Amino acid sequence: MNYDILIAGVGGQGTILASRLLATAALDAGFFTRTSETIGMAQRGGCVVSHVRIGNEASPIIPPKHTDLLIGFEPGEAARNIGSLSANGICIVNTRPIMPVTASLGNMSYEVESIYEYIKLKVAAAIFVDAYSLAEEAGSVKTINVVLLGVATATGHLPLSRETIERVIAENVPKRYMDLNSKAFKLGFESQNK
Amino acid sequence: MGVNVVKRLLMGNEAIAFGAMKAGVNVVTGYPGTPSTEVLETIAKNNPGDIYVEWSVNEKVAMEIAAGAAYAGARTLVTMKQVGLNVASDPLMSLSYIGVKGGMVVLVADDPGPFSSQTEQDTRHFAKFSNLPVFDPTSPEEAFEMIQSAFELSEIVELPVFLRPTTRVCHACSTIEVPDERTKHVAEGFIKDPKWVIFPGLSYRKHIHIEGLQDKISEIFSSLKYNSVTGSGKKGIAASGIAYSYVQDVLSELNVNIKLFKVGTPYPLPKTLAENFISDLDEVLVVEELDPVVEEGLIELTAKTAGKPIVYGKKSGNLPCAGDYTFELVKSAIMKFVGLTCNTPEAELIKPSLPVRPPVLCAGCPHRGSFYAVKMAMRKNKAVFTGDIGCYTLGNAKPLDMVDTCLCMGAGITIAQGLQHVEPDTKHIAFIGDSTFFHTGIPGIINAVYNNTNVTVAILDNSTTAMTGHQPHPGTGKTMMGSISEKIDIFNLVKACGVKHVVKANPFDLKESVPVIQEAVNFEGPSVIIFEGPCIALFKPSKTYTVKEECISCRKCITEIGCPAISMKDGKAYIEPSLCYGCDLCAQICPIDAIGGKNK
Repeated sequence: MNYDILIAGVGGQGTILASRLLATAALDAGFFTRTSETIGMAQRGGCVVSHVRIGNEASPIIPPKHTDLLIGFEPGEAARNIGSLSANGICIVNTRPIMPVTASLGNMSYEVESIYEYIKLKVAAAIFVDAYSLAEEAGSVKTINVVLLGVATATGHLPLSRETIERVIAENVPKRYMDLNSKAFKLGFESQNK
Repeated sequence: MGVNVVKRLLMGNEAIAFGAMKAGVNVVTGYPGTPSTEVLETIAKNNPGDIYVEWSVNEKVAMEIAAGAAYAGARTLVTMKQVGLNVASDPLMSLSYIGVKGGMVVLVADDPGPFSSQTEQDTRHFAKFSNLPVFDPTSPEEAFEMIQSAFELSEIVELPVFLRPTTRVCHACSTIEVPDERTKHVAEGFIKDPKWVIFPGLSYRKHIHIEGLQDKISEIFSSLKYNSVTGSGKKGIAASGIAYSYVQDVLSELNVNIKLFKVGTPYPLPKTLAENFISDLDEVLVVEELDPVVEEGLIELTAKTAGKPIVYGKKSGNLPCAGDYTFELVKSAIMKFVGLTCNTPEAELIKPSLPVRPPVLCAGCPHRGSFYAVKMAMRKNKAVFTGDIGCYTLGNAKPLDMVDTCLCMGAGITIAQGLQHVEPDTKHIAFIGDSTFFHTGIPGIINAVYNNTNVTVAILDNSTTAMTGHQPHPGTGKTMMGSISEKIDIFNLVKACGVKHVVKANPFDLKESVPVIQEAVNFEGPSVIIFEGPCIALFKPSKTYTVKEECISCRKCITEIGCPAISMKDGKAYIEPSLCYGCDLCAQICPIDAIGGKNK
């Protein structure tokens, strides 16, 4: 079994924790797992991607058109990485854009509508979710990452059970944020089962 | 009782740290630098108590402390990024002549891309230059094994040994079995001997000795598991580092059987194995990131075999000489090499224009206030702003546009002096962070005082080494052993260097800091301004700002300071509450007081 997950977002959104949680859950479920992350300068508001490769692949980087699940923490970053999806791959898009300073300064445009159109044309099974609002409802917008893990679990596409993922979240986030995160996960999960 | 083995998800740098601990490392030193930083941090975090760990003030100091401990028989590890090795190259070059008693591993992380570096230099050249062996891991699990072998080899040949991972190995995680047993290594102690004192006569003898050792090391390498030859055919591929894993993925996708040489020790090249690999081959493709080190090694061997096989790689233009390699890039090079035609890619939809996201200073970053205050103070002057290495290099981005030069650690202060000698009528202001100041900034200050050069140094003191992930430094007093030392006071240190005009300023109070800056810049002779404001990662915001209805949409809060928390929403400025730290800078800039703070 090989399953490749690409997480794309903006530095500061908690993508690294999301990829660590998925990889740890995969390890718990008995899979050999690799990840690759963007750490360093790009973390300051730049584009970041995390690769999670479940199953025994040689390289930690997902080749183009191999991704089974793309989790876009931001619409523009989802679109930027859409080419990595396999023919049957699915994609989750957080609909809350993050306006880069370059766009605010007016040097560069950022039209979200055309980005959504593009994603819909490229991926039949695209899931759009306002993870920001759900995280806010959970109690902190910092839980966007866990909300999106809830959404990803609800797709039923992951080779990991809800129980495994929830247990790994519980074991890996600080105790005082436990309730916050379990609420965020639940809100994300339930947003797909309404 | 058997050894307890736990399967864990470990980052390459963590794997290296656990490997070093398993090998019984006694002393660990280093200076933070992406992508190497987590190695030392992981050892400090998991220190069973008997390992000495320190962040040294710079890489030269770190190298020398590790060398001293190795003279006394300890197993030592020194960590840095590739450009850090330039700083440590003075002790390194002599140390290859003097040698060590306890095993010493020099961990240098290279950064193809580069992702977070000023150069794409290849540490394998330093290995060759210094005649020191180098291990080049393909994966975190291999790095875990390699560092243990590196300690053993170091003690066999009595030389420091390099472990040189790259970003894609350092920052990849893998499933690794870590046994909880450790080798107990007891240092014998320092034994006085003339061999520890470098003199021309000794250097001559040692030079002959170390050249002779190269063949012995090459022989040892030929029998190590990190080097292997598999497959068969008339065509062969040699690959090293992360590029080897791309080759594996490509070969399994293309389903091609080919003779494959995995090179885990690029210098000295495992000659016996390499000769075995090239015998019977017509053509070889070498796949390695950065410089053609393995490629040149193989070409050298073909000099003895009348130029056979033909070696392809960077020198033949088959693969690029710069940047991070990818699966696609390696795939197309291999397809061309084995004579497969690439399918023309299907017509792609036209991508909508996507936002460009250069890294920026965080919302609430004190550097933004310091840069903006200096910009305001210098509005009517001809001024050049020299920068340095750290988060504040990002001050070059628009709209701040306050970094005119950046070269290497500590160079902002000295480049400013060079510029000043040519254009004495221009104001030269050098920006340097607190950790960089301790690293290599101090000699530049002393030089300006000694030569009475009229420059101003702005020290951006945010009480941490921010860019690499918030490491302590001499100004914080916190050590990696968990103790608190005497804090080195920057103000008094600069005073003691003989700077006559030293002032402190608040980065978040424009009205107060602008005249303070003007006075310092107009002072005849070297002057120093210390901007004190902690990095936002060190505290939780107590306030958040919002834009009131009165906003006149002048966009000054965006166009003047470029805060990433501020954007236009429905025609008015909008502050994203989850990003705002309540630094107050935008409120000071707003011409109609439409931005206000409230407690969180």
